[in-house]
Amino acid sequence: MNFKQLFKSKPLVIGSSLIGALLMLMLISLFYTPYGPNEMNPSMRLAGPQLTHLFGTDNFGRDIFSRIMNGAQTAFLIGFSSVAIGLVFGVLIGAIAGYFGGWLDEIIMRIIDAMLAFPGILLAIMLVSVFGPGLNNTIIALGIMSIPSFSRIARSGFIQYKEFDFVKASIAKGAGALRIIFYHILPNMVSSLVVATSLRFSGSILAEAGLSYLGLGVQPPNPSWGRMLNEAQPFMINAPWYVLITGMVITIMVLGFNLIGDGIRDLYDRKG
Amino acid sequence: MTTFRKKFALGISTLSILAIIISGCGSNTGSTNTSNGASAESQTNTDQAQNTAGQAKAGGAVRVAMTTEPDNLDPYLSAATDTQSMMDNVFDGLFEAGENSDLIPAIASSYQVSDDGLTYTFTLKQGIVFHDGSELTAEDVYYSYAKLSGLNGQEPLSSKFSSIASIDTPDDYTVVIQLKDKDAAFLAANIVAIVPKDYEQQSEQPIGAGPYKLAEYKPGQQLVLEKNENFYDKEHAPVLDKVEFKIMPDSNSAVLALQSGDIDMIPGITAQGVLQLGDGYTVVSGPQNMVQLMALNNSVKPLNDVKVRQAINYAIDKDVIIQTVAEGNGTKLGSNMSPAMKMYFQDGLEDYYTPSIDKAKQLLKEAGYENGFDLTLTVPSNYQFHVDTAQVIADQLKNVGIKVTIKQVEWSSWLEDVYNNAKYEATIVGLTGKLDPHEVLGRYETNYAKNFFKFSNSDFDKLVNQGKTEIDEVKRVDLYKQAQTVLTEQAVAVYIMDPSRTVAMKGNLQGFKMYPVQKYNFAEMYYTE
Repeated sequence: MNFKQLFKSKPLVIGSSLIGALLMLMLISLFYTPYGPNEMNPSMRLAGPQLTHLFGTDNFGRDIFSRIMNGAQTAFLIGFSSVAIGLVFGVLIGAIAGYFGGWLDEIIMRIIDAMLAFPGILLAIMLVSVFGPGLNNTIIALGIMSIPSFSRIARSGFIQYKEFDFVKASIAKGAGALRIIFYHILPNMVSSLVVATSLRFSGSILAEAGLSYLGLGVQPPNPSWGRMLNEAQPFMINAPWYVLITGMVITIMVLGFNLIGDGIRDLYDRKG
Repeated sequence: MTTFRKKFALGISTLSILAIIISGCGSNTGSTNTSNGASAESQTNTDQAQNTAGQAKAGGAVRVAMTTEPDNLDPYLSAATDTQSMMDNVFDGLFEAGENSDLIPAIASSYQVSDDGLTYTFTLKQGIVFHDGSELTAEDVYYSYAKLSGLNGQEPLSSKFSSIASIDTPDDYTVVIQLKDKDAAFLAANIVAIVPKDYEQQSEQPIGAGPYKLAEYKPGQQLVLEKNENFYDKEHAPVLDKVEFKIMPDSNSAVLALQSGDIDMIPGITAQGVLQLGDGYTVVSGPQNMVQLMALNNSVKPLNDVKVRQAINYAIDKDVIIQTVAEGNGTKLGSNMSPAMKMYFQDGLEDYYTPSIDKAKQLLKEAGYENGFDLTLTVPSNYQFHVDTAQVIADQLKNVGIKVTIKQVEWSSWLEDVYNNAKYEATIVGLTGKLDPHEVLGRYETNYAKNFFKFSNSDFDKLVNQGKTEIDEVKRVDLYKQAQTVLTEQAVAVYIMDPSRTVAMKGNLQGFKMYPVQKYNFAEMYYTE
C-alpha cells in the first residue's frame, strides 16, 4: 500500500484531518491556552462567542475555548490509555483461549461472554461507583470495559491461523507456544486489530463523556467534555453556544475515529 | 461511496446518542435545592397588573410540575419534603405553619400551657369531619399522637414527640398532653397531620381533614387532589376544584410545558427558566429557609484551629458565589439561620467576615500554615448547585494557598460518610429549614448524634439548652440569637446563602404565599377572569 492509496480513501483523509486538528489543539494546550482553563471571571458570565472569547464563556465566566483545548488532553489520555489496557489484556486473553482451545477456551470465553452481556457503560459505572471517581479509575474502568471485544477478535484470529501450514511447520520445527503466538500468528492480525482499536477509541471517549456527564468521571473543576456538556444543559436555551460547541467537539472526535477505522478496514478489504 | 455514506450514518447516530444523553438523563438542577429567586415580592408585568384587578373566579384546576415522585402518601412515613408539601393540602394539624414562622390554629381552636411548661391543653374545633365523613374528635388526636410518640407500644414515628409522657382526652374536644421535660420546641411540632383513628391504609388511600382530598395517584404520572366540599374552615375554604401534580423530573421540559399551557405552575424554577419564560407569568421569589454552607470538620487538622477556619471565612467572597451559582437569587448568610426565620434571625452577622485575602493570609500565618494546605471538599454529586459552589470556592481558596480537591460522591454515600460518620474535611450542603430554632441550631450541640461539624463549645451548649426550656418568648429569642453569634465567631462553617425559592405561575393564578417551610397552600389560590 502506498500513500496514493491512502489519499484516495475519503473517509481516512477526512477522519485523520478531524483527529489531526483536535490533536493539534491538544498539543498547543500543553503549552498555551488563551485563558487558564479553570480561571473564573464572574463579570463575564455566559458571554457569547466573540473575538476575546472565541467560543464564549460558561456560567462561571471561564473561557470555553480554553476548556475545550484542555479537555482534549483528558479525552486523548483516557482514549489512549484505556484502549491500550483493553488491547493488551484483550489480545492476551484471546490468544490464550484461541491458541490452546479446549476447556481453557470454554472457561475464558464464558467469562468474556458474561462481560459482554453487561452493557459496557453500565460495567464502567459499576466499577467507578465501587472504586470511586477520578481520572485513573475512569481509565481502568473503560479499559476493562473494552477487553471483551478485543479478546473476541484475537480469539477468532488465532483459531483461524493455528490451522495454517506455516504454524504447523513451526510446531514441527519445535517452536514454543509463546514464539508461535507472538512471532508467527499475531503479526497476521495487525490489520483487524488496528481497525478495532480506532473504533474502540471513539467508544472510550464517548463513554468517558457519559461517565463525566453523570459526575463519575473527571472531577471538577478540571475540564472534561462530557461534564462540560452536563454543565451546559441548564443554559441550553439562553446560552445555546455552550452546549452546541461542546457537543460538536465530542461529535467531531467520535466521527473522526470512526472514519479512520472504517477507512483502514476498506483498505485492507480491498487488498484481501 | 456507499461505505462513506455509512460512516456518516455512524456520525449521525453519535449525534443522536448525544441527544439522548441530553434529553434522557434528566437534570438535577430542577430540584428545590437549586431553585433561585430574588426578593420576597412578586414581579408582575403589565398583563399581570390588569389581571390582579380582575375578579376572582370560582373553580378551575391548577396543574403543578413536581420534580420527584411521592415517596409515601402516609404523612407519618413520608420523608421527602416534596411529598409533604403536596400532601399538606390533604392533612391538617392542630396548627398550620403561618407565613411569619407563626402557628395558626387549625384543628385546635385554642391552647393553654401550664406555668411549669409541662402540660399543654388543646381545645378542638367542633364539627370537623374527615374526608370519609367521620367526625374528628380528641380520640383521633390521641391515636395520631400515640403513633408518633410511640405511646401505642410501637416504634415512635417522630423524634419531635419523644418528650410526651402521657395524653389525656377528658372529653371529645379536649386533649391534655403531659411532657416529661420542658420542651419549647414542642408547640411547633403540632403542625403534624391528624389522621382518623384506627385507619391503617394511609399509604394507599390517604384520609385527612384538609381542604383537599386525594382523587387519584398514578405513579410516574400524576397525583390529583379534589376540593373537599365539607372543609371545616369556611373562611379559608378552597376555591380551586382540582390540583393536579404532574411528575416532571426534567426542569427544562417543565418550563416548555408552562409555556405551551400544559401546566399552570412550577414550584422551584431556575433563574434560567424564568429568563426563558419571558413576560405574562407571575414569578414569586423569596428565601426558602435553607442554609447553604460549607461545613468544616472541626475535629481534623488543620481545621481544628479556629484561626484556620476564620481564614477560610475571610478568603471566601459569598457575593461572588451568589452572583455566579445562584444568578444573584440568594440571601447572604452569616450564621446557621435564614432571615425567613424572621424573629429568631440575628442580623448583621453576614458581614462579620468581610472578604480580605490579607486578613486570611495573616490568620493562616499565625496558625502556622503560611504556605497553605491541602483540603478535600466532598460534595454530593446529585446537587449541581453545590458542585458549582465548590468550584467557585476552590478558585477563591487558591488565592490564599489552600489547594482544594473536589470529591464528588453519591448522595447515599454522602449521608453515610459525611452526615452520619463525619468522615470528611469539608463539604457543601443545604440544611433545610425548620419552624423551631432549636431544630435548626440543636445540630451543633456537642452530644447531638448527627453533629457532623464535630463542633463542641460549652457556651453554645448552655445557650441552646436554656433555649429549649425557656418558655418566655423574648428571652428565648435572645438566647438563640446569641447562639448564632457564637457559631459565627467560632467560624464553625462558612455560611453561604439561603438560595431563594422561585415559583412561576400563569399570570391569572393568584393567592400564592411563601412560607418558612416548603408549603404550597392551594386553599388560598384562585384564578382571576
